[in-house]
Amino acid sequence: MSAHARHLYVHLPFCAHRCGYCDFVTAIGRRGEHGTYVDALLAELRLESHLLAPELDTIFLGGGTPTFTEPAQLERLLAALPPAAEVTVEANPETMTAELARLLRRTGVTRVSLGAQSFQPALLNVLERRAGPDVVRRAFYRVRDAKFDNISLDLLYGIPGQSPADLQRDLSEALALGPEHLSCYELEAKPGTRFTHAHGAELSRQAESMETYFEHVVERLTAAGYRWYETANFCLQGERAGGRDLRARHNLGYWLGRDYLGIGLGAVSTIESERRRNTPRLAEYVAALGRATTPSRDVEALPDEVRSRERLMLGLRLDDPLLLETVASAIDEEALARLERLGLLRRTGVNGSQALALTTRGRHLGGSVTAELMA
Amino acid sequence: MPQNRIRNFSIVAHIDHGKSTLADRVLELTETVSGREMREQLLDSMDLERERGITIKAQAVRVPWKGHQLNLIDTPGHVDFTYEVSRALQACEGALLLVDAAQGLEAQTLANAYLAIENDLEIVPVVNKIDLPQANPDQAAADLAELIGGSRDDVLRISAKTGAGVEAVLDAIVERIPPPAGDPAAPARALIFDSSYDQYRGVVAFVRVVDGSFRTRERLRAMALGTRFEAEELGFFSPTMSPTPRLEAGEVGYVITGLKDVSKLRVGDTLTSEAHPAAEPLPGYKDVKPMVFAGLFPTESDDYPELRDALEKLKLNDASLVYEPETSQALGFGFRCGFLGLLHMEIVRERLEREFDLDLLVTAPNVAYRVLRNAGEEIEVHNPAEMPQEIETIEEPYIRASIIVPREYVGAVMELCTDRRGTFDHMEYLSEQRVLLLYELPLAEVVIDFYDQLKSRTRGYASFDYDLAGFREGALVRVDVLIAGETVDALSLIAHRESAYPRGKQLVERLREEIPRQMFDVAVQAAIGSRVIARETIKAKRKDVLAKCYGGDISRKRKLLERQKAGKKRMKQVGAVEVPQEAFLAVLNLGENKK
Repeated sequence: MSAHARHLYVHLPFCAHRCGYCDFVTAIGRRGEHGTYVDALLAELRLESHLLAPELDTIFLGGGTPTFTEPAQLERLLAALPPAAEVTVEANPETMTAELARLLRRTGVTRVSLGAQSFQPALLNVLERRAGPDVVRRAFYRVRDAKFDNISLDLLYGIPGQSPADLQRDLSEALALGPEHLSCYELEAKPGTRFTHAHGAELSRQAESMETYFEHVVERLTAAGYRWYETANFCLQGERAGGRDLRARHNLGYWLGRDYLGIGLGAVSTIESERRRNTPRLAEYVAALGRATTPSRDVEALPDEVRSRERLMLGLRLDDPLLLETVASAIDEEALARLERLGLLRRTGVNGSQALALTTRGRHLGGSVTAELMA
Repeated sequence: MPQNRIRNFSIVAHIDHGKSTLADRVLELTETVSGREMREQLLDSMDLERERGITIKAQAVRVPWKGHQLNLIDTPGHVDFTYEVSRALQACEGALLLVDAAQGLEAQTLANAYLAIENDLEIVPVVNKIDLPQANPDQAAADLAELIGGSRDDVLRISAKTGAGVEAVLDAIVERIPPPAGDPAAPARALIFDSSYDQYRGVVAFVRVVDGSFRTRERLRAMALGTRFEAEELGFFSPTMSPTPRLEAGEVGYVITGLKDVSKLRVGDTLTSEAHPAAEPLPGYKDVKPMVFAGLFPTESDDYPELRDALEKLKLNDASLVYEPETSQALGFGFRCGFLGLLHMEIVRERLEREFDLDLLVTAPNVAYRVLRNAGEEIEVHNPAEMPQEIETIEEPYIRASIIVPREYVGAVMELCTDRRGTFDHMEYLSEQRVLLLYELPLAEVVIDFYDQLKSRTRGYASFDYDLAGFREGALVRVDVLIAGETVDALSLIAHRESAYPRGKQLVERLREEIPRQMFDVAVQAAIGSRVIARETIKAKRKDVLAKCYGGDISRKRKLLERQKAGKKRMKQVGAVEVPQEAFLAVLNLGENKK
């Protein structure tokens, strides 16, 4: 494989606690192992560096809770990573000390994504989040005080027991902090999680009444001047953005169907016609890289038509029109015409090329529209 | 064999009352087979036959008894084959009426017993299973005696299982059942009482010779249909096929015809000799017409050729099955099939699914309607979607239902029959506990879930039988279903004017539940002509997005959408609306919503 991936994902699996709704690859505590894990990460980076372009566009440290990693080890990792135009770190509010914020700034991090989730103590409790609303706000200010000018907040909606008024309060609280970027996700009760076991029945009961929450989120944030640039993501634009493009550049790489290298436990890479996923078993991962050998991986072949389907699925999440020529083979033409008639999608032109754009209603129904459109 | 040494009989019994056990004992006792052969040859005969590629089943067995030739003629076992049963009975001079000492008389037994009495058969009443601890042979004997108008002392008491009393049954057959009384010197006539199909030898007719005699290689003719053929082989079952050069007046046997089409030789027809034909056929031949119709569609449209082949093969063995290609805008290509009744439909469906491994979608059954159009033209309609709008009158088939229930359920049964537009005929106490109810009911009201309802309202105690009572005019209307403004042909139904509104309402409510929400509002309507009688709206989805989609999620989310897409392909597209196949069964299951 040639060297060209311009996006690097680094997985830091450690967490203080595994939240009930989480289905990511995580490891609880294990403070003593953070050093060896960072060693393993750097070993994997060396093994895979031939896949990376000489100049990286973005790096994203996700988890787990990257900021739960011992500061010394986190610093060592950040210092060893190649430079990139955007370096994002995911952070949990309760881990964000003033020192850590400064450390991130010092080591070249350009963007912090803070997992607020909610500002209502009762809802945070349901989510098993340790930080209360004050801790969330304090963490935000600490990041701001360390001179970060690109902060993202994660919010969850559709939490069991959340009323429409609760949702509006959360949005107000989030907007009051003036983040450059907001990610708003509907809580997914994934099968097999503790959360679904405890709250699944309640979630399906309230599913219909919560159907409008997504609309509320979109209306409220766009009214506040945010650009709804991806299904679940919003950023400041224009004057309020100081002329900057505040879309998450790393994630934009995924949505535009670009190649990316992922390193770390359970990390996924997509390089040309192959997607691979590292072992999710910590001991196995660390041991393999301790011997400077690649960890075991699941490999999935991605023939052209599959990548084309993925470009369609991902591209339709964005507000920018999707160039038809890049996804033409993945499209069912009849469905396209049908969706057009239903006012869910329109054909448009971008620099003289045909493109597809979802209407607002189409974006609200993006999942069904995509499924329908797929050939 | 001279006729006075021949006895032809059948056994009338309810399922599980011991008919086949008694038949086995008779074969053993008459040394037609040994006990060991019994097990090997008879019980496993189906498997053996399959292995050898022989599919001819013994419909009549010849056994010797004290210098006599006894022919035991089998009758088809269920309500849809009343006509076939009547032909089999006509081939006999007598019948054993076999009743389980613990269970007593059942509706089906009663119906066949009446049929036997109507055919002037000598009835030999037998109470079976007297060895069972819960048996009440005195009660059963009393009931039987009353039914046939005889003395309870004439009722034989046996245990087919242990063999106790079976010899007396054979003696009674010889003593009480009269010998055949045909004319051995007259031109040959034989009644076809059943037929079968063998892939190597063609149609095999089971016959009872009434007059004259038949010889192998003789040219024969079926008098009603006019079919001509050569008798390739004559013979009888004993219990395996035994060829014989001649079948004579009074005897029962088989004729191998070499015909390759079962519909060329129908049950009830009369065989005669081409060279010396009889002037008149035997009485009683009827062209049996299917009364219940349903559309059969393959779940996967690619399976259409398999379904066609399977129906062709089934038809070889079942002359009463009719079918013609049908195209439904909603369900694609399939066949509209006609059945003698509900059970026949179930049997055909089960065989198609089990023996031919087909996945079928069966539309709600309907009956045959006779329609007089405004122009004066009379047509028969087998598919609600084809019912014309401009009509003078519609006639629908009625049945005479006999229902036997314990007395405490009489009220529940009467209520059900009234609900189903039934007309009370009469009621009689068969015993202190058991009541026979006779009703006339429109067949259309019975084809959907009458039997299930009857069973559930009587805790399974009711037994039910019916025969056709002819066509009658009714205030019937066609109810159409429209989804998003498009008529869905497969969901049209014919209903009585008074029940059209509740049925339409129930149907659209059910469809609202069955059809998933779409990306737009969907109106579901029931209409008579252009008049909408019920309406429901399936509200559009407001939101459907995959919450997160980052580097690690892409494969899973893509597969999710691919599955969703595949699911959509399995749905039937009605205009822009995706309708799951279950929705089409909603009509069939409407009854489940009733109390």
